[in-house]
Amino acid sequence: MEAFTTHTGRAVPLRRSNVDTDQIIPAHWLKKVTRDGFEDGLFEAWRKDSEFVLNRPERQGATVLVAGPDFGTGSSREHAVWALQNYGFKTVISSRFADIFRGNSLKNGLLTVVLPQETVDALWELTEADPTAEVTVDLEARKVLAAGIDADFELDENARWRLLNGLDDISLTLQNEADIAAYETARPSFKPRTITA
Amino acid sequence: MGRTLAEKVWDDHVVRRAEGEPDLLFIDLHLLHEVTSPQAFDGLRQNGRQVRRLDLTLATEDHNTPTLDIDKPIADPVSRAQLETLRKNCAEFGVRLHPLGDVEQGVVHVVGPQLGLTQPGMTVVCGDSHTSTHGAFGGLAFGIGTSQVEHVLATQTLPMARPKTMAITVDGELPADVTAKDLILAVIAKIGTGGGQGYVLEYRGSAIEKLSMEGRMTICNMSIEAGARAGMIAPDETTFAYLKGRPHAPEGEDWDAAVAYWKTLRTDEDAVFDAEVVIEAAELAPFVTWGTNPGQGAPLSANVPDPASYEDPSERLAAEKALEYMGLTAGQPLRDIKVDTVFVGSCTNGRIEDLRNAASLLEGRKVADGVRMLVVPGSVRVALQAVEEGLDKVFKEAGAEWRHAGCSMCLGMNPDQLAPGERSASTSNRNFEGRQGKGGRTHLVSPQVAAATAVLGHLASPADLSDAVTTAGV
Repeated sequence: MEAFTTHTGRAVPLRRSNVDTDQIIPAHWLKKVTRDGFEDGLFEAWRKDSEFVLNRPERQGATVLVAGPDFGTGSSREHAVWALQNYGFKTVISSRFADIFRGNSLKNGLLTVVLPQETVDALWELTEADPTAEVTVDLEARKVLAAGIDADFELDENARWRLLNGLDDISLTLQNEADIAAYETARPSFKPRTITA
Repeated sequence: MGRTLAEKVWDDHVVRRAEGEPDLLFIDLHLLHEVTSPQAFDGLRQNGRQVRRLDLTLATEDHNTPTLDIDKPIADPVSRAQLETLRKNCAEFGVRLHPLGDVEQGVVHVVGPQLGLTQPGMTVVCGDSHTSTHGAFGGLAFGIGTSQVEHVLATQTLPMARPKTMAITVDGELPADVTAKDLILAVIAKIGTGGGQGYVLEYRGSAIEKLSMEGRMTICNMSIEAGARAGMIAPDETTFAYLKGRPHAPEGEDWDAAVAYWKTLRTDEDAVFDAEVVIEAAELAPFVTWGTNPGQGAPLSANVPDPASYEDPSERLAAEKALEYMGLTAGQPLRDIKVDTVFVGSCTNGRIEDLRNAASLLEGRKVADGVRMLVVPGSVRVALQAVEEGLDKVFKEAGAEWRHAGCSMCLGMNPDQLAPGERSASTSNRNFEGRQGKGGRTHLVSPQVAAATAVLGHLASPADLSDAVTTAGV
């Protein structure tokens, strides 16, 4: 996983709530068997509208997505995270994320930042009024900074440590292989098996 | 202090607990399908890793599979390639796979329970958010992303932060024609699509206890639509009776030991939930969605709401956008909404009881002119059972299309899709924009409402059929 320490970039204000994963990346894109090449599928249906915020010339190259509440609801497709990253987003800010999407994002180094809706509103107003306004997301200081905005955010210490160091979960877990083996030995015999050895 | 059901199952699966770290949980059953697994297998290959527990892993093909001409090569080359990738990966790593054409093939969340692999007190994961279905047996079951699929393949564990618990208590008797689907749609409308975020939901109360396993699966299935990763129902005699004799259910002494353990899986009387919601079963009615998220629903007898009636600005905006997308007008009676397509199937409502319920209303009646009705059994086993009971004949004689098992029009990854602007009444779980096909408009309904809607051509309840008895069959 790519490490995340701090990032500064221009923002895309997305004034929509309940942006579900079918909007982020429609199902027909899920037939791909790679982790890349999803950028053209990002918000595919909405991008057909030339007025959609992502299509605006002043938003090209923006890397911070500021979205409405309940971002990433619906399916568990990690492709939603990959699509946002493939497109160039480094971080997503919202007042509330769906659990599975949030977990997926943090496992891929896409920092999802939870801020109160008032702060999201302030970020929307700032970046709508001035598309060149830069937003900084500093994971070390756990702060979001922009003109007139200085907001602290929370992220549990373990997730933060893994992101800052770009650590791979599987390697970390395998350091505790002995614990897994001990647990396996003690499992009851009535638990089902899909195949018999 | 006592523990909740969720806490008991959680505690029984902790492999390692350390200060400042998420718990490392053991996974009893890992289900795979073609869509969310290819990148995970690639990850294993890149790191020279194997599948740790092949005996706790099972794969099936469902999302991409066609429901017509299944004996012919799959027409869409990209879908075909994805299925072939799964077959290749399962062969290379040694994973048990039920491919298209196999008698155990079907939607992953229908297949696990019918094989008896889903049992009380288990942890079940799958790269699919509707894994919450399996919680109906009193286990902890949740959807995971592809990175976690790889993690479980490699380690049979997952690091997880302990969730909070929410009780959803439903007491009393469900009125006639009110099903598990109506109940869960009403729950989601009440608590919202984010209401369950961070929680495991435990459905309890006399109305839940009276439900069949199929009904319980429908309810737990849609927990994710309320934002909860998992939903669960304490196991009881209904659960044990469903499991007894299934291919992977325990036998003999193992059965006795299992049942003795399963009976301990109840929330203690002095346990405290982090949140509680109470619903009176008697107040429920057939329920449909009018919007573009599963929380935007109302009783069938209601009208399309006025966005201006929402105090919360983001909800108001969401309602405005939903009505625009759905082509609906505030104040319009929901019953007046005409549909083009009716879909019966999916991991929510593609089980034998769902097909029986829909068929019972279609018997001796016809699907309305201009309405296409698709019936897609959740698995090959469900299809075979339906044929044995003659349900396929009922559907075909009514003018519905009887298809092969798979996810089908729930998400339209195969050719079963809505055309732009087409409107469906669907027994599936998501009414998101474009979910059933680009520009398609979805109303989520129960199998009973689906059948009545197919006959009358507009959103309707079974009671409307008897009112319209003089025109039925014309």
